Amino acid sequence: MSKSDFTRRGVLGTGALAGAGLAMPTILTAGSHAGYTNEPSGDTVTLGFNVPQTGPYADEGADELRAYELAVEHLNGGGDGGMMNTFSSKALKGSGILGKKVEFVTGDTQTKSDAARASAKSMIEKDGAVMITGGSSSGVAVAVQALCQEAGVIFMAGLTHSNDTTGKDKKANGFRHFFNSYMSGAALAPVLKANYGADRNAFHLTADYNWGYTTEEAVRASTEAMGWNTVNTILTPLTQTDFSSYIAQVLQSDADVLVLNHYGGNMVNSLTNAVQFGLRDKVVNGKNFEIVVPLYSRLMAKGAGANVKGIFGSTNWHWSLQDEGTKAFVKSFGTKYGFPPSQAAHTCYVQALLYADAAERAGTFNPCGIVEALEGFEFDGMGNGPTLYRAEDHQCFKDVLVVKGKEEPDSDFDLLEIVEVTPVAQVTYPPNHPMFGGPEATLGSCNPGA
Amino acid sequence: MLKMEKRDRNLLIIVTLMLVFAPFLLNPFPEGSVMAQFNAGYPDLMQRFVIFGIFAIGFNILFGLTGYLSFGHAIFLGVGSYAAIWMMKLLTMNVIPAIIMAIVISGIFALVIGWISLRRSGIYFSIITLAFALMSFALAYSVLTPITGGETGLQPKAADLRILDAPLAAGSTPRANLFGLEMSSSYKLEIGNWLFTFSAGYYIAAVMLLLSFYLSIRIFRSPFGMMLRAVKSNQQRMNYTGLNPKPYTLAAFVISGMYAGLAGGLMVAMDTQVGPERMFWTASGEVVMMTILGGAGTLIGPVLGAGLIKYMENIISKINASILHEWFYWLPDGLENLLVTVIYPFIGKGWHLTLGIIFMLVVIFLPGGLVEGSQKIGALIRRKLDRGKDKAKSSKSTKPAE
Repeated sequence: MSKSDFTRRGVLGTGALAGAGLAMPTILTAGSHAGYTNEPSGDTVTLGFNVPQTGPYADEGADELRAYELAVEHLNGGGDGGMMNTFSSKALKGSGILGKKVEFVTGDTQTKSDAARASAKSMIEKDGAVMITGGSSSGVAVAVQALCQEAGVIFMAGLTHSNDTTGKDKKANGFRHFFNSYMSGAALAPVLKANYGADRNAFHLTADYNWGYTTEEAVRASTEAMGWNTVNTILTPLTQTDFSSYIAQVLQSDADVLVLNHYGGNMVNSLTNAVQFGLRDKVVNGKNFEIVVPLYSRLMAKGAGANVKGIFGSTNWHWSLQDEGTKAFVKSFGTKYGFPPSQAAHTCYVQALLYADAAERAGTFNPCGIVEALEGFEFDGMGNGPTLYRAEDHQCFKDVLVVKGKEEPDSDFDLLEIVEVTPVAQVTYPPNHPMFGGPEATLGSCNPGA
Repeated sequence: MLKMEKRDRNLLIIVTLMLVFAPFLLNPFPEGSVMAQFNAGYPDLMQRFVIFGIFAIGFNILFGLTGYLSFGHAIFLGVGSYAAIWMMKLLTMNVIPAIIMAIVISGIFALVIGWISLRRSGIYFSIITLAFALMSFALAYSVLTPITGGETGLQPKAADLRILDAPLAAGSTPRANLFGLEMSSSYKLEIGNWLFTFSAGYYIAAVMLLLSFYLSIRIFRSPFGMMLRAVKSNQQRMNYTGLNPKPYTLAAFVISGMYAGLAGGLMVAMDTQVGPERMFWTASGEVVMMTILGGAGTLIGPVLGAGLIKYMENIISKINASILHEWFYWLPDGLENLLVTVIYPFIGKGWHLTLGIIFMLVVIFLPGGLVEGSQKIGALIRRKLDRGKDKAKSSKSTKPAE
């Protein structure tokens, strides 16, 4: 075993192997094609729907997938057309996109950035997708957005609420229709002031990860601006299921408002704990104790049950809105699946239509053409009123809904009522706002790949 | 050649050929056909096969040889990744320093964690490493957010330092490269309906796998490897003969940690993004599954196990109901729907279920993993051939002479 004899044959063999290994990189040169990544050549175009099918946000993911399937049906001329009839742009004709039939592939993000990137990569490299969309967490959105920028395809973000997606980590090939933490804070503050007064002591419980931080920062900034005082903030581990020890600390402080910067299962558990501890019946400093949840979703409200009654929060969209776009979407979604869509389904459906419309107006699937068509695009009839895709950060600006847990819900789906529609002017911020990465954060330029 | 026995050399040659021709072997079905769904020959998945193969080979040096079951090996994968991405952010987008630092830093982590957890053996060792895995994930996910980027992780940015690199052209993004050869560059070969993709990143990772595999063969056949086997078979007896097993186990732990670091560094080189999920404890469990599925303690087993799991994760999870309907459209409607309903739970998001069933079947019927399976099949064929020969012989010999 420890013999070291150099035979002629051995040296030749080793040399040949090593030589082949070294020569490998020079044999491989970048394939050069004109145009852009995955230019569709046949009579179909493939879109990639990358949603969490397993893991903590599987419910949202399932609803997103339903919305995408509905969108594809409508784009290909099936069904009743949904929001295509109310959309202010009339470029879409129900004949696919640019005359090509829309096909799709699906993948499971598992709400993990690695898995999400792997599945997005296989859609791009194997299935030839020209656009990736979906996701239900900001970590995943940021990771997949960066991948799409590198690969030269368009990313239409699904449910992602952290400021970073269109702030610190914004990319030229990525677009977000959903609202963000800053908008939640700005929309909630006036409603909280009107209902709870300007002299309040707030206690924050914040999920210990990126989205939690940006949400806490946004809510603190806007409530402190109107006169509230922040007593304390505690970071809670994401995996926490029992929040009673944190609630005990809230009880011992002189806070009279509890802000729960939690989402999904975290929020369901922390809110349930808080209500069970009788926080809502307490009177502190001569005021009724109140609880606020900055980001609400119907699926969360369902999980928390009766505990959400009377609690304020914000949401991107709700199916009980009465505009034409919402009615058309709720009708076609309800006809197909038998229940009303969630806000995740709505934002994904709208993103799919917006992409198709941009491609149609640009006359190409080239990402640079699509970026140009979407930047500064103003539209209406998609359920949120007049909306602008801002060119500087690829964030949609639209009205934000402030909602409250319904006191007398009629059904499992009717748990939230709209308190106020905060106008877009109130939630608009400059693109170089410090919460969004300041002046250093840039979009870069669009990348068509190939 | 290369100081190996003939059997090992043949194995290495087979692995080399498989790696070189993987783009052909993994893409057996023509584009656009129904079976194209099962093609795995696209760069990202091939890179994953190779990288997780390295990870599993390293894990096998610890688990297969010494029997110490670590539930925290993904820590080193994650640490290697973070080290690599920081080298890319600070020094250069060339992958060489990134990979070297990934190995070094994860080696240091392995030394510290191994030194503490190897004070115990058996189940206690596993639990300590599991505790480390949970701690490391929590650190990366929230406590160390300034270093790790928290939930969103880290990516190279245009504004990064990159001391050694020339400034980027305006508007371009930093890309991982090897002296200018970009990891993402590839050459596409079209033969008829078949499309084969040769990716630069894949071949660089494949060379690394070959080196790792060769090193693993040498460790397995060395006196050091023999000592590690002695630890596994009877540690007490080893103690009584006056040998201290700790230095050997610690060395094995550090070596396997460095393998994991190499895998982590390569992951960053192929896909410049790190997230903390990479070191979640389930990722550590996954490498245990890969090793057992393929065959713990065998040379090639862990690579096969890694390949099978990654194939399931990336291919089976992408089959959805509409694809099933496409496959079975020729059946009568009722039968088609029935078949789709029966198969549906096992595909798409149900891929974990399929994997679980395969894992159970393998552990129950083939405790030695896929390697044992292939050995059994080989033996069966040999026996058949032998019997065939015997028959031929006997029929000849019984022929009455005239």
